[in-house]
Amino acid sequence: MDLLDNLALGFSQALQWHNIMFCLLGVVLGTAVGVLPGIGPTATIALLLPITFGFDDPTSALIMLAGIYYGAQYGGSTTAILLNLPGESSAAVTAIDGHEMARSGRAGVALAVAALGSFVAGTVATVVLAVAAPPLAQAALSFGAAEYFSLVVLGLIGSIALASGSMLKALAMIVLGILLGTLGQDLYTGTPRFTFGVRELYQGLSFVALAVGVFGIAEILRNLHDPRTRTRMVSRVANLWPTRAELRRIVAPVIRATGLGSLLGVLPGGGHVLASYASYAVEKRVSRNPREFGHGAIEGVAGPESANNAAAQTSFIPLLTLGLPAHPVMALMVGAFIIQGITPGPDVMIEQPALVWGLIASMWVGNVLLVLLNLPLIGLWVRMLTVPYSVLFPIIVVFACIGTYSLGQNPYDVLAVAFFGLLGFVLIRAGCEPAPLLLGFVLGPLLEENLRRALLISRGDPSVFFTRPISGVLLGLALVALVVTVLPTIRRKRDVVFAEEE
Amino acid sequence: MTPAGPRKVAAYIGALAGLGLILAACSSGGGADPAEYPEDNIEVIVPFSAGGPTDTVTRMVAEPMSQDLGVQMVVQNVDGAGGTVGAGQAAAAEPDGYTVLMHHIGMSTAPALYPDLAYDPVADFKTVGLVTEVPMTIIARSDFEPETFEDFVTYVQENADTVTMAHAGEGSASNLCGLLLTEALGVEVTAVPYDGTGPAMTELVGGQVDFMCDQTTNTTGQITAGKVKAYAVTTPERIEALPDLPTTAEAGQPDIQVTVWHGLYVPAETPDEIVATLTESLQVALADQTVIDQMADLGTAPVSEEQATPEAHTELLEEQIGTWGEIISASQGG
Repeated sequence: MDLLDNLALGFSQALQWHNIMFCLLGVVLGTAVGVLPGIGPTATIALLLPITFGFDDPTSALIMLAGIYYGAQYGGSTTAILLNLPGESSAAVTAIDGHEMARSGRAGVALAVAALGSFVAGTVATVVLAVAAPPLAQAALSFGAAEYFSLVVLGLIGSIALASGSMLKALAMIVLGILLGTLGQDLYTGTPRFTFGVRELYQGLSFVALAVGVFGIAEILRNLHDPRTRTRMVSRVANLWPTRAELRRIVAPVIRATGLGSLLGVLPGGGHVLASYASYAVEKRVSRNPREFGHGAIEGVAGPESANNAAAQTSFIPLLTLGLPAHPVMALMVGAFIIQGITPGPDVMIEQPALVWGLIASMWVGNVLLVLLNLPLIGLWVRMLTVPYSVLFPIIVVFACIGTYSLGQNPYDVLAVAFFGLLGFVLIRAGCEPAPLLLGFVLGPLLEENLRRALLISRGDPSVFFTRPISGVLLGLALVALVVTVLPTIRRKRDVVFAEEE
Repeated sequence: MTPAGPRKVAAYIGALAGLGLILAACSSGGGADPAEYPEDNIEVIVPFSAGGPTDTVTRMVAEPMSQDLGVQMVVQNVDGAGGTVGAGQAAAAEPDGYTVLMHHIGMSTAPALYPDLAYDPVADFKTVGLVTEVPMTIIARSDFEPETFEDFVTYVQENADTVTMAHAGEGSASNLCGLLLTEALGVEVTAVPYDGTGPAMTELVGGQVDFMCDQTTNTTGQITAGKVKAYAVTTPERIEALPDLPTTAEAGQPDIQVTVWHGLYVPAETPDEIVATLTESLQVALADQTVIDQMADLGTAPVSEEQATPEAHTELLEEQIGTWGEIISASQGG
């Protein structure tokens, strides 16, 4: 059978001990940059790419770079859970319930669940890559601007589930996020928007500055404002390991999230961004106790973390099967291919089977290494929370500022951290949650870009959104999601009215 | 594929640590005497991200230049705002020869695209020499009707109100080539911008847009695999990587000539002796067989020795600033 031959070839490459070393080096570096707020995988890979130019085996180079990428996805959850400091968009979802778990003394459980979920998802995604990469990639190509627009609409409506409180406030936060996302130079005309003549704002607001501000810094302000919350966190660093009952609770979410993440990851136009948000929304919807979400629901950590890791791996599919990079990290991988004398294109899989299959197999090896690496570290991470808060919080602030600054050497980003920290604190006091704001910020530009592109291509005819089948189905689903979200609220209001009449 | 032994792994890790030291060392600046140049590592600013075509070209050339000069040419990627951030940084650097800039055609289009540009591409720099001229190809989705470039021209002219043209964003090479192409054909088509070449190519392969003009660096793989239809190459001669592809001139459109030319620059006050040293070293690098081979893989070639001079470089730069200034302001006015 072809598949077994291919996998055998892949593992014969990935299990050569120097490749295991490069894989380990990659995932260790990846975990490290994932843990440090601010320094994301894109920056790290860009920094380390030149070093791989000296490697004489391109497989080793790609194995290491890929390891950095998915290792960082893994590590990103650590600070999100412990310190409410998400380093990138997917970790922002993990922070919602993960940090709540940490606040009630279950940081170890949250970290373990994130690691286990990621491992399962990574393993399944490796198999998906090996079995179904070419047909999935072909299917993903039928996603045009209209389809992406409808997908984002569905995502935004689904994301109202991110909030555990008022739906109206969640909507307001999404809209605010979308508005913040419009800052910077317009892709279509180059016109600067809301930049006030400040050149540093031409590239828009930095996601990291926004996330670190509204999550991390706002969290610190909240803790300083209300000392009770933090003493609770320190006093109860109890169980490190999930109980049997907790493990049973995450089985179904992990499986669902892996499927969802694998599918979204293949879409080259930014599907991977949606994976963790989508998983969170789905889990909250199907959960028997949705009220727990936002207050430390274990499914709210397991699902998004699994979806995120699955998507990180399947986002390699367009690159490996079609030679098309799905996002900036993949574009850097294309650079690595070119420097190694390999022309990235649809023929890579046929011309360089050892390289492609070696890379695929190495992802599974990398996932094993990540679990071995991360599980023993949990005890250490959790102990970090026992550091007195008066020592811990200045360190967090300094790290957050250095990390954000190092990303683009842009002092405005540090100012933005401070500004959004204050804004985040005000929002928390007002009962508004930051997660929908971040989602709006991430998806807003995608929404606008694809809306305008679809209308450009259709020459201003909006019917494409309904007549193109995939787009039409997605918009239909969005409508269903909207009705399902709004109906209970209406019914509750009606019940209230009836109750008053009686 | 040669398996690397344990020693090699150690060497790589050593190289990793070494690079950190090099980066730390080169920031300390160099000596002042032009006769002794170079005594210290030279920083090469690439105003685009690592792994992109310009970065790749720079690293290919930096290797033999380092050997020739006896010091390391350390590539620094200073990304942002269409290359103007990195170029601005280079313009403001010490004019001691320890900061050089590698830039492409964007050097000549920036004045028209960015009215509040912080530097003058001619007055604030000295040219060292041209490096390579990367050819561009006119390609379309695989089921696009026209079969030849002549068909394509007629088809686009007759259906200008329905065809769509992808490009990688304002000021990108594909945007420039698209402007030149539509101007030469006397048509206005719907231009669909993408955020980079990757997404643009993805949608073209997926058949969401009709055609695009982009560098061989990005298109060769897709063309040889038959995932896109190729009509013509925009250079005077056919290229080695795609020998069956006719030139635009062969197909009756000699005006559509565009390449993504790359050149080396230093800040304007840099002494002439230092520029001469760099030019000589560049010429040595461009004659290097490894460089020639690596560039051939990308579908391009080093420029001739006469082109790798400050004179030829300045001439082209000034000519291109004029050409693109007109085309860009015409497109913005219309």
